[in-house]
Amino acid sequence: MKYGKSMTLAALAATTALTLTACGGNDDGGGGESSGGDGESVRIGIKYDQPGLGFKDGEEYTGFDVDVAKYVAKELGYSEDQIEWVESPSANRENMLSNDQVDMIFATYSITDKRKESVAFAGPYFVAGQDLLVSQDNTDIKGPEDLEGKNLCSVTGSTSAQKIKDQYAGTVNLVEQGGYADCVTILGSGGVDAVTTDDIILAGLAATDANSGKFKVVGNPFTEEKYGVGLPKDSDKCQAINDAITKMVEDGAWEEAVTKNTEGADYKYNEDLNPPTPDACA
Amino acid sequence: MSEYLSDYASLLSQYDVLGAFWVNIQLTFWAAIGSMVLGSVLALMRISPPASMRAVGAAYVTLIRNTPLTIILVFLVLGVWSQLTISFTDDFNQNFFIYAVIGLSIYHAAFVCEAIRSGVNTVPAGQAEAARAIGLSFLPAARLIIFPQALRGAITPLGNTLIALTKNTTVAAAASVTEISALMKTMIEFRPDVIIAVFLTVALGFVIIVIPVGLLTTWLSQKLAVKR
Repeated sequence: MKYGKSMTLAALAATTALTLTACGGNDDGGGGESSGGDGESVRIGIKYDQPGLGFKDGEEYTGFDVDVAKYVAKELGYSEDQIEWVESPSANRENMLSNDQVDMIFATYSITDKRKESVAFAGPYFVAGQDLLVSQDNTDIKGPEDLEGKNLCSVTGSTSAQKIKDQYAGTVNLVEQGGYADCVTILGSGGVDAVTTDDIILAGLAATDANSGKFKVVGNPFTEEKYGVGLPKDSDKCQAINDAITKMVEDGAWEEAVTKNTEGADYKYNEDLNPPTPDACA
Repeated sequence: MSEYLSDYASLLSQYDVLGAFWVNIQLTFWAAIGSMVLGSVLALMRISPPASMRAVGAAYVTLIRNTPLTIILVFLVLGVWSQLTISFTDDFNQNFFIYAVIGLSIYHAAFVCEAIRSGVNTVPAGQAEAARAIGLSFLPAARLIIFPQALRGAITPLGNTLIALTKNTTVAAAASVTEISALMKTMIEFRPDVIIAVFLTVALGFVIIVIPVGLLTTWLSQKLAVKR
């Protein structure tokens, strides 16, 4: 295996050429229909593992977060093939924004004061609430007050699990699992009586083909989680995104997206709080 | 900097880090006993005269040693607890602790078995022959002659297994045990502002727990070595 010196040089030259081309970027900008889109792509952080919200299904991305993200991106002047989807797990969201790894995040990202210290938010585009998922024929669990002595499942380290520990410790048996899909499996086998997290996440889980018709969301949310669009602290896109969300609600696309992504889950979103009016931008 | 330190101090007062590490130590303690007992039996089987016993021992080691620990624990919770609804105690959380100890013991027994077997190999064949010559059958020979020498020769690999076990207790989060890795996930969720400090705290905690184990096994392996 001996290559001549010229061969090595040629390989080096080829590599360099490739690298330089990659850096050149595309200068055929101005492809967008309105301000903001300049032909470059936009990096949007979503969840890849939450059916009904943000889910990677082969090469397809589906879910409510994805639909809202597509609509907002379109309003900002990006076509669908200019969107570069990036996985943003809960624990990484703040860091991905502050390190400029994504331009915006649509990933069941609740607006909280703590998070506002490090990132900016547009929206909310949905107000979820912690709720319970029970089997279709269950009639005795109508809210958190019916949980006494019952077994409950949530995800290790999640806000929902902590809420149960803080408020219902001692009366509720909490199983913590690595993911909500595991919780739904245990619910299906009867190991637990209910699964708890945000209502729309539960609806998304219950609406998958394998679970359709087996479970129902109780519909008695006991917290308020405002899902916002995570932005870098210095972003100037907040107002444009809020306008896009308002437009999405007005032209019916918002309602359509919710219905489409929760079909089969026997779920109705909290109508007192939804569709939400975006907060004023900072 | 001082602001970061006060944020970190508030993290420690907010979450029971020591309590969570204590759960890991308890898991280590019980699983060490469980895997030592099961591993000794397996090692005995693997050096015993009947070929069928040797085959069972070898099959167990091959199967369990090559199965990821997470799979064993998830199987115990999703399969045995959730589908077969087997409970060991009425205390809901204690039940998962027991499941975790069982899973850790089953897994590490395979490694303990191999560690002891490597110790058996340090015992000269003449020892076994002499035991037979004075009329001892297999079990008394193993108990009185082979194992006491083998265990002394196996201290270093056993110590390695104990260290691996200590760190593997973090997988018990998969079995719904609230130990340090589960608490770490909670801290990351609620305190992303001090995320680096959270990681370092957990890492440092394990270093503090594991270093004495390493020192102890090194010292013991020298002190107890069979001088030949």
